[in-house]
Amino acid sequence: MANYSSNQLKNGLKVMLDGDPCNMLDVEFVKPGKGQAFTRVKLRNLLTGRVWERTFKSNETIESADVMDTDMEYLYNDGEMWHFMDPNSFEQVAAEKNAVGDAAKWLKEQDKITVTLWNGNPIAVTPPNFVELEVVETDPGVKGDTAQGGSKPATLTTGAVVRVPLFIEIGEKLRIDTRTGEYVSRA
Amino acid sequence: MSAVPDLDWQPSAALDTLRKRAEGLALLRQFFSQRQVMEVDTQLLSHSAGCDPFIDCFDVLYRAFPGAEPEFLYLQTSPEYAMKRLLSAGSGPIYQLGKVFRNGELGQRHNPEFTMLEWYRPGWSMAELMQEVRAVVQLFLPQQTFVECEYRSLFRQHLGWDPCTTSLAEIKVFARQHLDLSFDDEDRDTWLNLLMSHLIEPQLQGGVFVTHFPASQAALAKRVHDVDGEPMAARFELYLDGLELANGYQELTDAQEQAARFQADQAQRAALNLPVRPLDQRLLAALAAGQPESAGVALGVDRLFMRAWGKETLAEVLPFAFSRA
Repeated sequence: MANYSSNQLKNGLKVMLDGDPCNMLDVEFVKPGKGQAFTRVKLRNLLTGRVWERTFKSNETIESADVMDTDMEYLYNDGEMWHFMDPNSFEQVAAEKNAVGDAAKWLKEQDKITVTLWNGNPIAVTPPNFVELEVVETDPGVKGDTAQGGSKPATLTTGAVVRVPLFIEIGEKLRIDTRTGEYVSRA
Repeated sequence: MSAVPDLDWQPSAALDTLRKRAEGLALLRQFFSQRQVMEVDTQLLSHSAGCDPFIDCFDVLYRAFPGAEPEFLYLQTSPEYAMKRLLSAGSGPIYQLGKVFRNGELGQRHNPEFTMLEWYRPGWSMAELMQEVRAVVQLFLPQQTFVECEYRSLFRQHLGWDPCTTSLAEIKVFARQHLDLSFDDEDRDTWLNLLMSHLIEPQLQGGVFVTHFPASQAALAKRVHDVDGEPMAARFELYLDGLELANGYQELTDAQEQAARFQADQAQRAALNLPVRPLDQRLLAALAAGQPESAGVALGVDRLFMRAWGKETLAEVLPFAFSRA
């Protein structure tokens, strides 16, 4: 695996620290006028999600992490694992609950998903920014109420529950922003 | 017609900022002109280099004719040595406003090439010079207030211990408790600098003159003793809301002491596998010939402009920052 020296560090770099793959979120060069240079880095541990800061000295070397974001198609959930396929190679990977995390509630079969692979194994799953999902359960719609602000919970095919306007009916397809978990519009 | 490559050709600073920059540079020249301080523009390119272990210069190639065997010359990291030779030659008070070059210094608040304002006041004390530094900053920040604080008090106040008497082992333990670090180092000043930059600087509000640095951080400043008899450097640094802006000295004028410090720096460079470049023997000769007692200071002009105009990065006050240069 390649090594980086601390002057090559930059945002988005994937490195191994204490045995875990980490992503560099923010890299700051710190140099007292007369003193040694340091590099202060904000990092995210890609396995645990923990965000913290570490400071490196200018001559330190840091091991790179074999981490790749790959566009994949979501196939199915077998009750334990989530299965994805690379549409180019048709290669399949299975991700555990830890890796899928909160993304699980936005996964719809055949959707394009970004799967983060570390040494070929999925460690994180990122749904598209917007997904279209059908309402399977909600209180009856209130006819004509399109202007007023009220909202109600609705359960979607994936099990996700979102706040929707009062006029939404069971069976409607909705557009949802997965980053905020908010209703955007009817699809 | 060939395709035009998609390059960042535009300036990194807005044009109205560049107009303010032009006025700012003119204002600085006017300030010193009114005070009868002579402008000098010493060489950027020298046969010798600064020997501060942690300031790396650019090595450039000189050729007597195209294709000739090249000779190394060095771009100045500060005009200090040349200006001190002028002091020894009897120049009287002098200032320089121009570019300096520092290899590898690149970040939001660093650019490998930047504008330095450096000036020397023969016969002045450090306290008098600090007053003049205030006046320079107030040209751009008229409401700016300042406090003075000794290096030792700063550590006692913010970290709770004395940087002069605490052992290196204790300092390391403290640093590792407060910061996530994977390195070790046997240089005490590296740890003090680390804590200063990571834990103290962010707490400094407004204009803060830090004085009485540890003797080991004297660089080219005289060494003195503080009230407790601890050896300290007659050096100050000005921070503006936590940003290191200026570094000043009661200048060392003793040629023998200067030669000893040069040798110590060169030895440290060799021990750390850093490039060892030719020393400025002409500075030593000038000191030996006699140099007036002086106070001198170097101030980062781009950083001053950054603070004055509320910018977050140096790039926003430079015509073309390093990535577009």
